[in-house]
Order: sequence, then C-alpha cells, then structure tokens
Amino acid sequence: MSDFYLLWRNLFRRKLRTFLMILAIFVAFVIYGVLGSINYAFEHGVDSSADNRLVVVNKITFIQPLPYAYVGKIAAIKGVKNVTFANWFGGYYQDARNQIGTFAVDPESYLRIYRDDLRIDPAQRDAFIHDRTSMVVGEAIATKYGWKVGDRIPINSNIFTNKANGSHTWELTVAGIAYAAKESFNTSFIIFQYENFNESKTFGKDTVGWITLETDSAAVNDTVAATIDDLFANSTAETNTQSEKAFGKAFLAQLGNIALIITLVVGAAFATILMIVGNTMVMAVRERTKEIAVLKTLGFPSWRIWRQVLGESVLLALLGGLPGLAVAGLLVMVLSKGASGAIPGLALTLPVAGLGVAFMLLLGVVTGFLPAWNALRLNIVTALGRL
Amino acid sequence: MTGQTLIHLQDVSKRFVKGRDTITIFDHLGLTIPAGDFVAVMGPSGSGKTTLLNLLGGIDQPTGGSITFDGGRVDTLTEGQLARWRAHNVGFIFQFYNLMPTLTAARNVELPLLLTSFGRAERKRRVEAALSLVGLAERANHYPREMSGGQQQRVAIARALISDPKLLLCDEPTGDLDRTTADEILSMLRLLNQEMGKTIVMVTHDPEAAKYARRTLHLDKGRFTERELVA
Ligand SMILES: Nc1ncnc2c1ncn2[C@@H]1O[C@H](COP(=O)(O)OP(=O)(O)OP(=O)(O)O)[C@@H](O)[C@H]1O
Ligand SMILES: [Mg+2]
Repeated sequence: MSDFYLLWRNLFRRKLRTFLMILAIFVAFVIYGVLGSINYAFEHGVDSSADNRLVVVNKITFIQPLPYAYVGKIAAIKGVKNVTFANWFGGYYQDARNQIGTFAVDPESYLRIYRDDLRIDPAQRDAFIHDRTSMVVGEAIATKYGWKVGDRIPINSNIFTNKANGSHTWELTVAGIAYAAKESFNTSFIIFQYENFNESKTFGKDTVGWITLETDSAAVNDTVAATIDDLFANSTAETNTQSEKAFGKAFLAQLGNIALIITLVVGAAFATILMIVGNTMVMAVRERTKEIAVLKTLGFPSWRIWRQVLGESVLLALLGGLPGLAVAGLLVMVLSKGASGAIPGLALTLPVAGLGVAFMLLLGVVTGFLPAWNALRLNIVTALGRL
Repeated sequence: MTGQTLIHLQDVSKRFVKGRDTITIFDHLGLTIPAGDFVAVMGPSGSGKTTLLNLLGGIDQPTGGSITFDGGRVDTLTEGQLARWRAHNVGFIFQFYNLMPTLTAARNVELPLLLTSFGRAERKRRVEAALSLVGLAERANHYPREMSGGQQQRVAIARALISDPKLLLCDEPTGDLDRTTADEILSMLRLLNQEMGKTIVMVTHDPEAAKYARRTLHLDKGRFTERELVA
C-alpha cells in the first residue's frame, strides 16, 4: 500500500459522484481541445502569410471589384516588386454544397507571388500558363475528388454565367496540382485563367476582385500602401491597401471574432467545472474530517495529508482532462479530413495540448487548494471531539 | 511486573480559552505511570479524561508543566516532531474504532507502517501477525462495514499494535460493545499488558472494565481523588 493507493481509494469512494466530475472535466477539455485547435489553426494560417505582401481591395468593401487597369498602375509604383490579382468565382462542383474556393488569376504572376507557399511541377506550371481553359487544383481538392492531371472537370459558379453556353458551368482541364510548401498553407482551392474568365463572363468585364503585390521589403510596406491609396483617392474606386496578414485577420473578423467566441465558450466551460469540482472537493474532504484526524493521530504529518488531497484533485483533473484531449484530437482529425483542408493545419498541436495539460494541473491545484489547506490546518482534538 | 517510569506528568495544567471565558481542566496535576502498567481512568463526564489521554498521546499540549516519556520531554516538541513521536511510541484505540471505510482490515492495519521504512514483505508479515494476534486472519480482506463492532475494534487494536509502541491509549474502547464482546476486548488488552508488556491507559465508565486494569484512577474536577490498586 502506498499514499497513492489511499488517494485512489478516496477519489473513488463515491463512484457516481467522481464519475460525474470526471465527465464534466472530460467535456470541458473536449471543447477546449477542438476549439483551441481551430483557433490555433486560424491564427497560424494567417501568420504564414509573407511579411512583404500587401492586398489592395475596394475601400467600400472587399467584395466590390477594382478596375483591371489598376494592376498596371500599381506595378509602376516604386517599391513594388511583383503584382498579381484574383477574382472570386463562387465555384462549386456538381452540388452547390460542394463549395470550392475558386479564383480567376493571371497564372504567371500569381504563381510567382506564391512561389514560396505553393509547390508545382514546372511542366504543369507551363501547361497552365499556355492552356487557356486549364486550371490548377490545390492538393486538398484534388485528393477529395480524386482529380488527376488531364481530367476535364465542369466547375459551376453561383455568381457568373458563361457566355459560351449560357449556363453557369466552365469546363476546365486539370493542368497541374499545387502542393503546400508550408504546412499551414490552405490547398483547398482552384485557380484558373483570368483571360478565359474575363472573356466568357456576362458582366463585370475588366474588373478584378483584389490585387496582391509584393514589396521590395516589409520596411517599405507602409509607404507603398499610402502611395497606392493616395493614387486612387477621389477616383470611382478608392482603394484600401493593407498587409496580407492584416487582410487575413480582417477576413476572419468578418466571420465573427472567432478567437473571442472560442475564449468565451472555453472560459464558460472552465468556470463551470471550476465551481462544480471545487465545491465537490470541499464537501468530499469535509466528509472525511474524522478520518483525516485519525491519520494525523497515527502520526501522518500534515504536509503528507495536504499532498494527498491536492494529489487527489490533480489526479481527478487529469483523469477527465487527458481522455478529453485525446478525444478532441480524434475529433479534430476527423474534422480536418471532412473539411478537406478548409482550415489548413488543423490538428491538435503540441502548444494547444501542452496548454491543456497546464490547464488540468491548474484546475487540480485550484480546486484542491482549499480542501487541502483545510486538511493541513485540521486540529486533531477539535476534529475528533473525543479520542 | 511494572518497572521504570514511562510517563511522568509534573505540574501539568490545561486551560481552554473560549471567548472571554477560560476553562481550567487541570491545575498542577501530577502523575507517574511505570512501564508495564495498566491504568483505568474513571470519572464523571467532563472531568477531563479525554483531555488527559490527548496530553499523554501528544495530540494536545499542556498549558503549563512538563510531560516526560521514557525520560524525554514531550511537551516541548513541535507539531511535526510530535507526529513522528506518536507514530513510534503510541497506539490509539477509539470508542468508535475509527477505521478507514475505504480500506480492508489488512490495509487498515498496515496504515501506520506507511510511516516506517519497512519493505513490502516485512509489512505483509507484520500485518498477518497482528491480525492473527487479534484472531482475524481470515478477515484480512473484509471492509469495516462487513464486520461487527467487536471485530472492528480488534482490527483497531491490531492497527494500534502494528508499529510496536510502548504505550496504548484507549478511550472507552468497549463503550459501544455488549458485555460479552467487551470482555473479549478487555481480555485482549490485559493479555497485551501481561504478555507483551504494553503500558495501557484506558478511560472507561464501566466499573467491570476497570477490573481488568492493574489500578484505577478517579478523576474529578481536575484532580485524581482516589487511587486504588486492583489485585
Ligand atoms: N477543545 C476544547 N475547547 C474547549 N473546551 C474543551 C475542549 N476540549 C474539552 N473541553 C472541555 O474540557 C472539559 C473536559 O473534557 P473531556 O472531553 O476531557 O471530558 P471527559 O472526561 O472525556 O468527558 P466524557 O466522559 O463525556 O468523555 C469539558 O468541560 C469540555 O467541554
Ligand atoms: Mg471523553
């Protein structure tokens, strides 16, 4: 028999009560693990953007287009190294529920700007540049639908109509497959030729969704951004230029402040278990006042009893929390498969898991502190009443 | 069969402060208990019998005076030192047994050995021996709730004996038991005193129980009013 055995027996003295507490902690850590991972993936996905990339959008809202002519004007500005642009297509495959992030781009300049983020076979890259009706498919999408180079795929738009056939469908050939060069880069996309798109769409001709550019260095970002916005001030389409990082964050902010929501949900879950477990631990230890007094009478030093009570609450937190994190890890795996890379880098990462374990220890210490202190201070004579 | 002085109380006083009132339980109390003695302490409720045992067992400290055990001062020890001292020198037997409900008889008996450095095998041997001594070898794996009061008290005796202390303190050990069971327990205590030389101080309300002791002290209003030697 060891102190741990005593602790274990005490913890499972009332099986149902302990089971319910473990369940509450388990649920809280499943919530934490899943939401924490999503939050982490979002923050780090955004962080993977290069420091010297700027995004130019319409000042009114980034959904409003910009004139195509802006691309050339921006390219001429001092400090701008590369320029490309993209157009939102509202693409889906077969069923409107199978949404795919589809962009009409200028192949050559687009792939140049994302050269450090995307990996593509040079021959496939050339094929894409030269075939007007081709597309490059991100790895996540290619894997999800099993598309191979050479396949002809009908891609639908929920915005545009194809002049050529009067339908919403564009038939595109898979010229290549793009892989993420950085793990956190989202490969859940399709890019196809802007030229093809611009000529076949029925409205919004010679406009682009947004312009992405690369500056000579991050140091000139602010100057370049100011120059661009000044240049188009008082025109019909005023611009707003910001770093890609800030753009990504602003984009997420449009979806609702995810980090805040996650913090609130996780915070509420933790506050609840803190109260439930804290209160139950105080009661559980109060119930054994006499037993603790007997242990002290037998000669168990106070610190050892203190350690036992604290150990009990920490063990409780771990028994609920570790399986909770493990299940969260599984859920996140399933989720990241199901979302086919919609949230790039979605996984229960070491920082999230590590913080989770730290939370468990903290939970254990916080809920065990008061009862452990009570046990430490317990006076034998008063507790026993009589010997 | 009694020998050298084991316990010596000199000028011991004990006061409790309750709000504005101070209750004096003992004032300049003296007592000598030789090793191998078996003392019954009787007296009206509230006379301080339990308080006396608490002082002898080092779970409470006197307000004044000195307590020596085996030639060493006990009243000057710190809380931590007292805990260690109790683990080595005193076995406690309570009226309501006070076994751990979550542990089997064997593990209850083993409990004080967690405070020693004995290995697994030695602990097991000692637990078996102690349980056999109180006639409960077959009950080793039973939980307290599965045992009668008398059996639980025997487990408690085994627990008190396991670390081989010189002194056994019993506060109304038969107070919760019927006559026959009480006699069994008392015979066992007498045996421990006579055969194993344990010094025993036993508080009781029962004159029949007191007869098992070598002598009886009557405590009243903080004084021993009468000392008598029984056989
Ligand atoms: N911790 C304490 N605080 C205040 N008063 C106390 C405390 N412990 C004991 N007393 C008082 O000391 C007196 C003696 O108590 P004690 O428990 O020693 O009596 P007792 O002889 O064992 O009585 P009983 O036969 O009922 O067990 C009582 O008046 C009791 O109220
Ligand atoms: Mg009493």
